[in-house]
Amino acid sequence: MKVVAKRPESLYDKKFHYCPGCTHGIIHRVIAECIDEMGLREKTIGVCPVGCGVLAYEYFNFDMLEAAHGRAPAIATGIKRMLPENFVFTYQGDGDLASIGMAEIVHASARGENITVIFINNTIYGMTGGQMAPTTLIGQVTTTSPYGRKPELAGYPVRMAELLATNEGSAYICRTSVHNPANVNKTKKAIKKAIQTQLEGKGFSMVEILSTCPTNWGMSPLKALERVEKEMIPYFPLGEFKVKE
Amino acid sequence: MEKVLMKGNEALAEGAIRAGCRAYFGYPITPSSEIAEYMARKYPKIGGVFLQAESELAAINMVYGAASTGARVMTASSGPGISLKQEGISFIAEAELPCVIVNISRGGPGLGGIQPAQSDYFQATRGGGHGDYHTMVLAPASVQDMMDFAMEGFELADKYRIPVMIMAEGTLGQMMEPIILRDPVTPGYEKPWATTGCKGRKPNVITTLHLPPEELEQRNRYLKSKYDLIKAREKRAETFMTEDAKLVLVAFGLMSRVAKRAVMEVRKRGIKAGLIRPITLWPFPDEHIVEAAENGAKLFLSLEINMGQMVEDIKLALNGRSRVEFYGRIGIIPNPEEIVGVVMQIAEREGL
Ligand SMILES: Cc1ncc(C[n+]2csc(CCOP(=O)(O)OP(=O)(O)O)c2C)c(N)n1
Ligand code: SF4
Ligand SMILES: [Mg+2]
Repeated sequence: MKVVAKRPESLYDKKFHYCPGCTHGIIHRVIAECIDEMGLREKTIGVCPVGCGVLAYEYFNFDMLEAAHGRAPAIATGIKRMLPENFVFTYQGDGDLASIGMAEIVHASARGENITVIFINNTIYGMTGGQMAPTTLIGQVTTTSPYGRKPELAGYPVRMAELLATNEGSAYICRTSVHNPANVNKTKKAIKKAIQTQLEGKGFSMVEILSTCPTNWGMSPLKALERVEKEMIPYFPLGEFKVKE
Repeated sequence: MEKVLMKGNEALAEGAIRAGCRAYFGYPITPSSEIAEYMARKYPKIGGVFLQAESELAAINMVYGAASTGARVMTASSGPGISLKQEGISFIAEAELPCVIVNISRGGPGLGGIQPAQSDYFQATRGGGHGDYHTMVLAPASVQDMMDFAMEGFELADKYRIPVMIMAEGTLGQMMEPIILRDPVTPGYEKPWATTGCKGRKPNVITTLHLPPEELEQRNRYLKSKYDLIKAREKRAETFMTEDAKLVLVAFGLMSRVAKRAVMEVRKRGIKAGLIRPITLWPFPDEHIVEAAENGAKLFLSLEINMGQMVEDIKLALNGRSRVEFYGRIGIIPNPEEIVGVVMQIAEREGL
């Protein structure tokens, strides 16, 4: 008999709307498993971004809010300051977090805000149809960099994990990927560590997760997973960048 | 009752605390900063949250987060800062999160200046950000009002699940007057919608996204019905000698105090003038205006510290019934003599 992984209680029994091969869904599941296993569902408050994750509240079976584009860390700050005993996290894409919400994320980290951020880096604006993101790689073709991203025009992709790790207020900063089962497991461990960091009141925690967007990359799901390994990881190295003891 | 001397901004902050407000998020800007400074001093002692945000954008979104937990929460700013908050205010209005937003206003556009002004009237009364919504807007005219309206603001915000804006000229924030300290209240509103963790209940979701067209229209219709209810119940104005007035001055905030003195003076000179002071700028007290017209007011004179933004609302209320004129300054609150001069000129011209 084949053992099928049980659906976590923190996820509704509902089909994801994400495109085939998109790893948003896997990441939702991993988050839900961590929250279940750590017994936090009834204490959790999540904040959705504007981006493909905007409807995450349709899938997560706990209290959730939907933020304006990029403002999730400020909203999470407001919640956590009022309810310090709850587990509060944001779920944000790279346009949301690294472009329009750059100020909010940097200052949440600088304040050592005791929240957890799950950062979905897919090097593109998925929801709006594949425009250039701050994380778009040099040479990457998007609808607003149709000839490939050129540094002389559009600068260089930002490395958020490295950048936020320099902030004293950051307590746990890690970059992972979900392009194969081994890395999904590592992602799960990192998320648990980030949650634990918050539960212990150590300060700001973030897990940046390299994710796919087969639709806007114009690739098959399989090719997209390959791209994560071959093109993204070399520029966005995996690992822990800050672990406050 | 014993009175204490207080500065307007501090009276407002103290009023908020007495209303049970336990969180303040803001970014410094003149002439509103005393509110933040007061909270920064008080909250650590009484277990409240004071946080200086990195921007007004962040501050209003912190308000969104804190209000979503059911807490009473406030932010204050002025001109450029209130503009930055508009994104968040639109979201807060649609998410129906009660909170109080204070505009200790200055003159614009752009950076403008820090002198007293009422230039944000349109922004405050027309919603201010994107989408079809309103905030309730209260206009205090004294330091006592600053305390009382802060307390009333939280009541209205909770009662209607609406952001309430208190808009006062910079001068009112800075000036000192003796006031009666109000007794603290215990907020008594159930907030079953609050996102506090789903223990013992189904999860709550606070969102402003409505992709299906029918759902979006339904939301807008619902909000309109709420605004209609507020319009039916909450229009407030102070009227002074309007019963037999042929000429009615309309002025809010500090300007209304100057206007009142001018009315008393021209009455001595035999001019039948009166005053309507809108207390709620939204909903606008149009019925008070209509009543004065029905009582025989031929002419309404809008007195503002801007270039005549309220004229539109008075005209809408009158719907052609009487004429409306305007006199205003910017960055300067005219003295009563100046207004008396304007009124006498009109009276002479009109044979009043
Ligand atoms: C203020 C504002 N500007 C622009 C948009 C349009 N918008 C929606 S999602 C999005 C980008 C989302 O990209 P990302 O954060 O990378 O998320 P993804 O869809 O890739 O997961 C943009 C620009 C918006 N909703 N609000
Ligand atoms: S557009 Fe991209 S990020 Fe969005 S669901 Fe589809 S594959 Fe995923
Ligand atoms: Mg993206």
